[in-house]
Amino acid sequence: MIAELGHFALTLALVVAVVQGIVPLLGAWRGRPNWMAVAEPAALLQLALVAGAFGALTIAYVTSDFTVANVVRNSHSAKPMLYKVAGVWGNHEGSMLLWVLILAIYGSAVALFGGNLPPTLKARVLSVQAWIAVGFLSFSLFTSNPFERVFPAPLDGRDLNPLLQDPGLAIHPPMLYLGYVGFSMAFSFAVAALIEGRVDAAWARWVRPWTLVAWCFLGAGIALGSWWAYYELGWGGWWFWDPVENVSFMPWLSGTALLHSAIVVERRGALKAWTILLAIVTFSLSLIGTFIVRSGLLTSVHAFATDPERGLFILALLTITIGGSLLLYAWRAPTLKGGGLFAPVSREGGLMLNNLLLSVACGTVFIGTMSPLFLEAFGHKISVGVPYYNITFVPIIGPLVAVMAVGPFLAWKRADLAGVLSRLKFVGLVSFLAGLGVYLLAGGGGVLAAVALTLALWLFLGTLLEWSDRVKLLRARPAESWRRIKGLPRAAHGMTLAHLGLAVAIAGMVGAAFWKQESIALLRPGESLTLGGYEFLLEGVSEARGPNYMAQRGRFRVTRDGELVALLSPEKRVYPVQNMPTTEAAILSTPLRDLYTVIGDPDGTGAYTVRIYIEPLVPWLWFGAGLMVLGGLVSLSDRRLRVGAPARRPVASRKVARA
Amino acid sequence: MTRKHRRLVIVLVGLLLVGGAAALVLMALRENIIFFHAPSDIAADPPAAGRAIRLGGIVEEGSLERQADGLTVRFRVSDFAHAIPVVYKGILPDLFREGQGVVAEGAMGEDGLFQASEVLAKHDENYMPPEVADALKKAGRWQHYKDGAGGDGAGEESSY
Repeated sequence: MIAELGHFALTLALVVAVVQGIVPLLGAWRGRPNWMAVAEPAALLQLALVAGAFGALTIAYVTSDFTVANVVRNSHSAKPMLYKVAGVWGNHEGSMLLWVLILAIYGSAVALFGGNLPPTLKARVLSVQAWIAVGFLSFSLFTSNPFERVFPAPLDGRDLNPLLQDPGLAIHPPMLYLGYVGFSMAFSFAVAALIEGRVDAAWARWVRPWTLVAWCFLGAGIALGSWWAYYELGWGGWWFWDPVENVSFMPWLSGTALLHSAIVVERRGALKAWTILLAIVTFSLSLIGTFIVRSGLLTSVHAFATDPERGLFILALLTITIGGSLLLYAWRAPTLKGGGLFAPVSREGGLMLNNLLLSVACGTVFIGTMSPLFLEAFGHKISVGVPYYNITFVPIIGPLVAVMAVGPFLAWKRADLAGVLSRLKFVGLVSFLAGLGVYLLAGGGGVLAAVALTLALWLFLGTLLEWSDRVKLLRARPAESWRRIKGLPRAAHGMTLAHLGLAVAIAGMVGAAFWKQESIALLRPGESLTLGGYEFLLEGVSEARGPNYMAQRGRFRVTRDGELVALLSPEKRVYPVQNMPTTEAAILSTPLRDLYTVIGDPDGTGAYTVRIYIEPLVPWLWFGAGLMVLGGLVSLSDRRLRVGAPARRPVASRKVARA
Repeated sequence: MTRKHRRLVIVLVGLLLVGGAAALVLMALRENIIFFHAPSDIAADPPAAGRAIRLGGIVEEGSLERQADGLTVRFRVSDFAHAIPVVYKGILPDLFREGQGVVAEGAMGEDGLFQASEVLAKHDENYMPPEVADALKKAGRWQHYKDGAGGDGAGEESSY
């Protein structure tokens, strides 16, 4: 019964979405306020219906209703409750439902908080959102119905893939989707603006908070996924340039570019057409991110669906959405008026360079990720290895980090580059000396590691200097500085935090990439292994039992110079329902390094294969990612960006247009 | 600075960047594309020794042996028409099993032994790397694998 209710609610949601996609759009065109007014209640009703359907599926999972095929395939009665709930989106059909639910949440957020939007813009935005919903609701209903029944019902389910039974991965997909789907807002605003033929400062102020929300979630989602890969896969790596990682990274890159270009639109009225294009591209990449991996076109862990019918549907949806919006762009973008002038050396110029570099970097990732797909059409089966990304992506990001420290110092319109550089010369000197010190003292890293750390420190110190200049830290009385700190817009604090976060994260990446130590050995209980000054003694291996798995648990006693550092218990688990082994690494995180232990198979004579990694600075990576997300959130709390706060002021926009 | 002038600067910087990136991409692609080979491909036309390739197929039943150091393993990757011996040092992925699909990255040695630098994990019991499925289909052995659940008779068919 519950499943049928869910199915029915989903069907009704599709009907509501069709109405919401047509009536307000016509109303905005013909100037009928009562037609436009349909958008708001329709968006809320759509949310209620999709939430109902999602709730129904959740109930089926929580109560282990094995008459529902989806539950049978992905759940088991002995599974812990957290993973019963997470199982709802741990499969193709359920994750589609989550996707549509999040889309509906964003849509009704516009309906609820978009009070200050001009009525025509609001009606058009909600209509565009509804069209996206129509596409994906019908995809869900016609090819991926999560509510199908099975008869006769089996006694128990087939369980969720054990790799996915992990707290980090339980919240990873919702985070990622909140990011992906969040960019639909920027997309809808962009398409609505193209239909209206008008982009101004107020438009940018509406788009930025939504983009920022999506950017924060996507960043957090990517970081969570990377963290999961790090501790769950047992390879001691955190990024593999796997297609599925790349497709989540691309919208993040272009979304970052969008965040910065929207600032130029807001403050100076320039780069309008470019910003619109970025909004379209970012959401298109999000769609590709969600669906290309799903369609089985790219070999990946996440290829749930290899059903050709689904693949075709997805391809058609992508073509219509991306192709249609780009056509609209080609037709309407030339009508957008150009904005204020600026010299190449200026804040605008800096942000533009940021956009160019980010887009080019995103392009290289795109080529690397997609070329196997294109070459397959010519009968070649290839994969693109990690060295490709080291050669293309890294040399583009290096200059980006270098100019990133300078950008915030530049004045709008025209800046004095020599003056800015002379303010930064001390920072440059310190960073250079530190890099030189690393090169000379810490062996093994080579020039590349030293250059990368120099850049990270340059960015860190440069960002700090810019912030302390603005609040006159140490140059005014503390009370005066404090007043300035409080007076500084939240967005400025957010920018500082995010840039600092990137610097910290880069340091973490460099540490892990250049100074990682690894040792594999065959140990008997009582034997030990020494790596990087630490002694790892395998005390013993014992049997352990979890709610739905059995495990062999190793006990490592880690000492340094005879002093106990930690007791680590890595596990090798077997989930009997799927007869699938998993590796649970045991990790000790310290501020400077992670000690990472993995226990492998016994060799039959009482010895075990063990793997030990020493991963320098890896904790900085997560800390840096956290800082970046925090920066986004702080920026989001800025009064100027508060959702729905800015009213369209014709005076302001006209002034910008004339400047 | 006029509008035209500004546009010129932007276009020039953009072209420079895109051109530079394109050069990087082409260079990187030329050297870092890894071609996929099925055992039959290698038997028919052996790739240059030392060139990085991917080898995919089924791990032949009964072929897995551990060397004395306990870390180095040897096994044979088969498409039921041909089989290639592989040597790998390290921990095999959790889901590595005889009779199941596998993709190994590495290079052929002079001695006809495939030196694997990486053995790729599957993340799902039933998941078959599409390249491997295609390779089996091409060798006309897909049905064979499906029917026999990857097991029976794989050993006697190796012709390497």
